Amino acid sequence: MSGDPILRLENIVKSFGGLTVLRDISLDIADGESLTIVGPSGSGKTTLIRLLVGMDEPTSGAIWLRDRRIERVPANKRPTCMVFQSLALFPHRSVGQNIEFPLKIRGVAAAERKKRALQLMELLRLREDYYGKSVVQISGGERQRVALARALAFDPEILFFDEPLSALDYRLRKTLEKELKDLHARTGKTFVYITHSLEEAMVMSDRIAIMRAGRFEQIAVADEIYARPRSRFVAEFMGEVNLFDITATVEGRLEGEGIEINLPAGSSPATAVLAPGEKVTLMVRPEFVHFLENGHVSDFHLRGTVRAEYLLGSRMHYEVERRDGSFVTVEKLREDRFKGKPGDEVVLGWDVEHCHIIAEGRP
Amino acid sequence: MKRLDGKLGALCALPLGLLLAASFLAPLVVIAGFSIMPQRVFDLAHIPDFSAYAVFFRQGYYKSLLWSLGMAFMATTILFILCWPLAYGMAKVFGRFTLFLTIAVAVTLFVSENIRLFGWVVTLMKGGLFDGYLKELTGLRLEGALYNVPITVFGLVYVYFPFMLFPLTQGIAMVPDDARQAAADLGASRWRILWEIDLPLAAPGIMVGSLLCFVLAAGALAESKLLGGQSVIVIASEVETAFSYGQNWPLGSALAMSLILVIGALAITTIARIDLDAIMGRKR
Repeated sequence: MSGDPILRLENIVKSFGGLTVLRDISLDIADGESLTIVGPSGSGKTTLIRLLVGMDEPTSGAIWLRDRRIERVPANKRPTCMVFQSLALFPHRSVGQNIEFPLKIRGVAAAERKKRALQLMELLRLREDYYGKSVVQISGGERQRVALARALAFDPEILFFDEPLSALDYRLRKTLEKELKDLHARTGKTFVYITHSLEEAMVMSDRIAIMRAGRFEQIAVADEIYARPRSRFVAEFMGEVNLFDITATVEGRLEGEGIEINLPAGSSPATAVLAPGEKVTLMVRPEFVHFLENGHVSDFHLRGTVRAEYLLGSRMHYEVERRDGSFVTVEKLREDRFKGKPGDEVVLGWDVEHCHIIAEGRP
Repeated sequence: MKRLDGKLGALCALPLGLLLAASFLAPLVVIAGFSIMPQRVFDLAHIPDFSAYAVFFRQGYYKSLLWSLGMAFMATTILFILCWPLAYGMAKVFGRFTLFLTIAVAVTLFVSENIRLFGWVVTLMKGGLFDGYLKELTGLRLEGALYNVPITVFGLVYVYFPFMLFPLTQGIAMVPDDARQAAADLGASRWRILWEIDLPLAAPGIMVGSLLCFVLAAGALAESKLLGGQSVIVIASEVETAFSYGQNWPLGSALAMSLILVIGALAITTIARIDLDAIMGRKR
């Protein structure tokens, strides 16, 4: 991730009639990077990718591909290419003809086209005898590979993906996610991936851009987004999380409703950055919350009643109800599971180094 | 289970099958029988006699057939070119306006074809509506608008317009939008998309529309009589004359059979190539 960006978005706005779908989007995408844009449905990510590939034009703002301004250039004149959510294979053409389509458009000779198609089929682990098969006859995963091979045959500068795995079953999706990541490493192309699934985003990419209501909420590497989300929205979007309203006192202590805080004034690095009286959100992921046994002390304590226990494969989730009726989620490894049973009164605890403070009010 | 379905299907199709056999197939067989009947015998039990077919070639009746087929071909081609943009708009662009257009075009079918054609005669004839206005406004006269081959083809285009438009709209509606977008994304120009994506994927609609128009136009009578003024004699007209005025049933039947053979062969080869289920929106 060095050098000039391959794609630069500057203050992109897109409105449909009175409805503004994208509000002032700016983003740099580095050459060879794998970036995932993730957001719930309605966040504007599909609109954004349509602008990026040239199927639509922004209301205002600029898109630069290296040093060429392209926001008004139609899709067929851009050196970029997209793998559609529906895959958009040509149903009247064979596997080979689908893959060769961009080469045919460019006027590449038939023998050369076939050679390239077979190369790409090998790269994507499609059997050679599939070349003449109709795309209607092959399975979902194979169709996925054909769509990918067709996009690679185009040899795009940037390859966009619009949730291409969303229609597949879980196991196939997991396999293809890894294959795509591997393909990114092998081809060295710039991948921009759009999805609503955070899991997919984390597996797939170097960087994640989280979208909400037509804006980027946070753009960072997956680990950073998971551990240090900038807003409650991002924190909640990145999986199970416990959020508490916290206030900093004038003496430099933290106070929270129903939470016992065993930190001396001014001792925590978190409190050091807070202005006295500032209201913030304290985030702690479920895997860092423990059931405290007698005698053990943590920086934060909280009382509640175990209400439910869920087995999630190798991990367990517990829902603990607090006095005020809100819930805290605790995660344990299966072999380290909670000894009690639902209905038990428990004390939960966690330490300050596993906390993250979200101060959304700040600019 | 599958066999039971098959049996039930055959059973359900039986009444309609019988009706078609009695009302559609039987007359064809009778006509075929008449066509190999010796002249002035009027009896179906006799030695087959193909002299009526010889007359078809010797006395130039084949020319009428060629005129009919030729004009039908021209009308179909013009209709296809004319209807494509409109059908495209109706299938992909117009939205609600499509319903209005559909009704507007379909309503014309409520008025008898002959009356509509007479309307054109009154409009285009010498001293007619168009000529009158032209004379009044510019002093020019409209000569020879009627009674020729082009106006006959115009009549065919006019009358069979809905038969091309609606199947074509159906056909274009079957072209998935994402396939067009993907083709554009992969670098194809508009014309390439039309050639590589639209035409092949709309082919069932194109074939159905073209077949309907061609078959109807090849057997058409009124356009050449009313607008064309018998400037060329079409095969349907010859058939009618042979049966009525000429009282030569074997000849009339032979003429009809030759038309049926050409069109039947065309229809069967076309229909064998398309998947009607796909057009009707049924899953295979």
